[in-house]
Amino acid sequence: MKAPDFAYARPASLEAALALLAEHGDDAVPLAGGQSLVTALNMRLSAPGLLVDLNAIPELTGVSEADGVVRIGAMTRHRDVGTTAIVRDRLPLLAAALPHIAHPAIRNRGTIGGSVALADPATEWPACCLAAGATIVVRGPAAERRVPADAFFRGLYTTALEPGEIVTAIEFPVPGADAVWGFEELSRRHGDYALVGLAATGRRAAGGLSDLRLAFFGVADRPVLARTAAAALEAGDLAGAQAALAGELDPPDDPTTKAATRLHLARVILGRVAAGMRGGGAQEGDPDGV
Amino acid sequence: MSADPGGLTFLDRPNSYIGRSVPRPNARRLLEGRGVYVDDVAVARLGHVAFLRSPHAHARIVALETADAAAMPGVIAVVTGAELAEVCAPWVGVLGHFKGLRSAPQHALAIDRVTWVGEPFCAVVARGRAEAEDALAAIMVEFDPLPAVVDMEAALDPATPAIHAELGDNLAFERVLDVGDVDAAFRDAAVVVEETFQFGRHTGVCLEPRAILADWAAADGMLTVHHSFQAPHMMQDILCKHLALPEGAVRVICKDVGGSFGIKVHIYPDEMATCALALMLKRPVKFVADRLESFQSDIHARDHRVTARMAFSAEGDILALDMDDLTGIGPYSVYPRTSAVEANQVVNLTGGPYRHRHYRARARVVLQNKAPTCQYRAVGHPIATMVAEGLVDLGAARLGLDPLAVRERNVIPDDAYPCAGVSGIKLEKLSHQAALAKLKAMMDYDALRAEQARLRARGIHRGIGLAAFIEITNPSAAFYGVGGARISSQDGCTIRLDPQGGVVAAVSVTEQGQGTEGIIAQIVATATGVPMDKVRVISGDTQATPYGGGTWASRGAGIGGEAAWQAGKALRGNVLAVAGAILQADPGSLDVRDGAVVDAATGTERMPLAELGRIVYFRPDTLPPGVQPEFVATRHYVPKDYPFAFTNGVQASYVEVDTETGFVRLLKHWCVEDCGTVLNPLLVDEQIRGGIVQGIGGALFEHCLYDSEGQLLNGSMADYLVPMAGEMPDIAVAHVVSATASSEIGAKGAGEAGTAGAPAAVVNAINDALAPLNARVARQPVTPEVVLEALGLI
Amino acid sequence: MASESPDRARAVAFTLNGEAVRAHVPARMHLGDLLRQSFGLTGVHLGCEHGVCGACTILVDGRAVRACLMLGVQADGAAVETVEGLTESGRIRDLQDAFHARNALQCGYCTPGMLVTAAELLDDADAAASRAAIRAAIAGNYCRCTGYHAIVDAIAATAEARRQGRQNAGREAAE
Repeated sequence: MKAPDFAYARPASLEAALALLAEHGDDAVPLAGGQSLVTALNMRLSAPGLLVDLNAIPELTGVSEADGVVRIGAMTRHRDVGTTAIVRDRLPLLAAALPHIAHPAIRNRGTIGGSVALADPATEWPACCLAAGATIVVRGPAAERRVPADAFFRGLYTTALEPGEIVTAIEFPVPGADAVWGFEELSRRHGDYALVGLAATGRRAAGGLSDLRLAFFGVADRPVLARTAAAALEAGDLAGAQAALAGELDPPDDPTTKAATRLHLARVILGRVAAGMRGGGAQEGDPDGV
Repeated sequence: MSADPGGLTFLDRPNSYIGRSVPRPNARRLLEGRGVYVDDVAVARLGHVAFLRSPHAHARIVALETADAAAMPGVIAVVTGAELAEVCAPWVGVLGHFKGLRSAPQHALAIDRVTWVGEPFCAVVARGRAEAEDALAAIMVEFDPLPAVVDMEAALDPATPAIHAELGDNLAFERVLDVGDVDAAFRDAAVVVEETFQFGRHTGVCLEPRAILADWAAADGMLTVHHSFQAPHMMQDILCKHLALPEGAVRVICKDVGGSFGIKVHIYPDEMATCALALMLKRPVKFVADRLESFQSDIHARDHRVTARMAFSAEGDILALDMDDLTGIGPYSVYPRTSAVEANQVVNLTGGPYRHRHYRARARVVLQNKAPTCQYRAVGHPIATMVAEGLVDLGAARLGLDPLAVRERNVIPDDAYPCAGVSGIKLEKLSHQAALAKLKAMMDYDALRAEQARLRARGIHRGIGLAAFIEITNPSAAFYGVGGARISSQDGCTIRLDPQGGVVAAVSVTEQGQGTEGIIAQIVATATGVPMDKVRVISGDTQATPYGGGTWASRGAGIGGEAAWQAGKALRGNVLAVAGAILQADPGSLDVRDGAVVDAATGTERMPLAELGRIVYFRPDTLPPGVQPEFVATRHYVPKDYPFAFTNGVQASYVEVDTETGFVRLLKHWCVEDCGTVLNPLLVDEQIRGGIVQGIGGALFEHCLYDSEGQLLNGSMADYLVPMAGEMPDIAVAHVVSATASSEIGAKGAGEAGTAGAPAAVVNAINDALAPLNARVARQPVTPEVVLEALGLI
Repeated sequence: MASESPDRARAVAFTLNGEAVRAHVPARMHLGDLLRQSFGLTGVHLGCEHGVCGACTILVDGRAVRACLMLGVQADGAAVETVEGLTESGRIRDLQDAFHARNALQCGYCTPGMLVTAAELLDDADAAASRAAIRAAIAGNYCRCTGYHAIVDAIAATAEARRQGRQNAGREAAE
């Protein structure tokens, strides 16, 4: 399992990286954390002509807060996303998701930008972006674009990125004082891809919850906002919310897990997350027990 | 057990290391990253081989063009099956004592036809592995796909084509056993329970993949093979035979091996091809299986469907057991140990702990176009144990009896030995009753039942599962030799005393991390009287050790250890004879203790070994006349009185089932094991723990999944789930000791016991948790989906 | 040292186990192969080459990473440490002693990666507070031989000994 031959460049600036990607088109791929890409190369599932390494570009790093928005640079390592003080204070949902992401060595290298750009439907960050109503900041040779998470994840490993564009940052609105959130993931073993997962945000309202965003992952070809289920939950109807999932989620059948199983599990974790959000404002599935 | 002249037995020599938890001396280098695994061995002019493997489960090779590949950068040679066959003769995996076992000739590289996805049929040798893989892509091959047999249930349908036309059908082997009057027993029984058990095919997943480096030095006429393997002498013999080399021309070295578990004791076509390539190219050639090809081409195991019934009296006596086992192997029976052994053991072992006298079993072994299967840790035992223990629990539930009590009632009593089990197995001395009693106390069974009841009332579903089992260890020639296999069941140890008073012990059993070298050092130190830090052990080199069998079937400690003990005693005898002559004392009044010749009665030092060594090696002119020292002693050992040294144990699992998600949480696990003399509790207990977790893997996680075309769907570490630390329980281990009288050290084997009993304990626990919900699982691996289906939620 | 123009191999300079080194590395060669083949650091073990088994775990710039998922050329300018270097510096001596005493290794193939993962865990004084926390931290390191119980014991024992050591040092400083 040795990678095929390819060329490698390590630009020192965003401009230089974008220029290389524009010049080489389809034959070039950006290298972020490498936890997925180098795997694909080692397995010869991917044979690009050129790797453009983003790890030496200062503009892509850093976590900052301004004007009610937390901006996380695309090349921020998973571990740093979840443990940076700003995130722990302002975005507890992301901090809660962190221990579910693979394992320490993967978290030390993998990046949030790489994860969002890859858009694996069974991973945590895309669902957190969707739940939090984040904005994906994208740069191409022409200009910078800001794409709402709702419009970013288009299908299996398919995003709104145009050829030659990369994710440069993700912007998360800082939740208000009345914010509630929940996170639950079921996987066979610590760190495995999710069988099903749910990242949820909302607000406490009189008698219940409002502005619910229920972002399921592992249940379709992309993270899915279950809007009908959210509406039912806001109306206090958990059973109705769970029933609505059958129409909103389209889980795959795979050799080990039937679609019906994932749907069932999605209903179960919806119940658990809802109980947690109603109960106390924050709830997190225990990463130590699967 | 024989005693020294001083009346001391094996267990109570002075400064004895026996039974002590001594850390392994050879583990230090592994901790520092200084292990030498095959891929670490540096040789000049090394060629790396990569194999082109079949993408089809069954196909004819219509055309094969290698010229483009041969011209790629760094390529040394591209070799086809036909070319390799001129150097390497084919083999057939059958043995005489499996009557009716049939298979077909198998080549190192398939020639006209490929019969499983992953079968190698062309080899590229290049200066680097990456370049070899580049060249694989340039080989032009055309296939004509053939119908593939991928369903073991359908393998014997008349409409299903025979994989090998000359065999007529796909039945490789059938064994039938009928003891007592099974039909009458079932007719008269108060309760009959029945179940169909399904076991998922799975594999060993050694962390170090299979690896071999073969170096043909033509001028020396010597083929040196560095091999990640368990049985160097067996490999030597087979290489000689199939490469037409004399015995002295092949040397096999097995130094550090990164896990084996039986995966690395079989003959693999790609490994044979690597050795043949070294001969053809007259240079060293190395093959390291990458993880993807490892999943496709390592032997698989445990692909069984068993339908079984158990008959009980109203009081809860097990009266009879009747079972039908169907197992699907690969397209060939694996060489040289055969792929019939696993099914054969299922027949021999199911229900083994119990005293019923009526037993009927049929096992059929069918060929399929999937990866070949063969012996993998605890061969057949996990299946045999699950079948019997699952039925015992069903019977207990039906009769309203406690599962532990039913077992207590039915195990062969501890005072019944020696006796034979219902399948004919000869049992020297087991301790089922003592083990059950110890387990019950150790886990505080009654308190756990009370806790289970309390939590059930709160909707928390916990289960307790038990598994009593027996295990085959220390096999005699009855296992393989009698069938014509050139697999040694005897082993030897040569010990040499050097001038400074240290000893070097060369032994024919091998090390893969279980601690073989450590316990040999303990035994040698105890036997010779030399402190352990002055003992060096050599193993895993056919040129440097006595001839023997290597390590498999839990035989290293019991057989190799006895050889080391006898050799050590013999050496000490030689030393005392010379010392007696020099000191003018009766050798019988002397002993060697802590590196010195001493007065046996008082312990007073008479002469350090270093002084004796100086005289013997450098001043033989000062020795008394007629004294010719022999400070080297060799002894061999083979078990003679019993075909196998059976051991026994019992395990328990405590689980919690989340009945909404189907997830199973392993709370705790216990094992009481009787492996005879425990040479080093630290090592034995860790073998048991490791074996238990390996068994849990098969019970809950591991499954080689094939589609209807014979494609392996989950052959990567991301998709094939092995047990990891986050989900595994703490494991409590205790022992009962029934030493075997077959040897002085009295040690039986312990390497596979954990794996034998763990799946049954865990699955029984899950069913115990689900019982109030009228749900039951009988299929492994027990995934959350399996539980949810049992609960009717899916 | 960032370079704009693509090449199939390049010169890299980095610190390896405390020593400044250079190498000319094909772009496609992963860091694990570079360390094993060009520097003879065969304590870096390859078990899967897809980042799952954890056998190849090393430290890069003080953090545990999978050597098989970094390209060798990416080591340029970094500080790389393997089990051999951690042994020479004595940094994991207590862990190694605890593993040895507890027999928390059998075949030894997972051991270097396991030690590096444990070393990173123990860097955080509070991290190894429970057996569950230790199990979660090593959940990405596959071991087939031990069943993990002994490894958890050895890491827990080391964590406890370090805690005691810190307490004693704190007391001494206070006196």
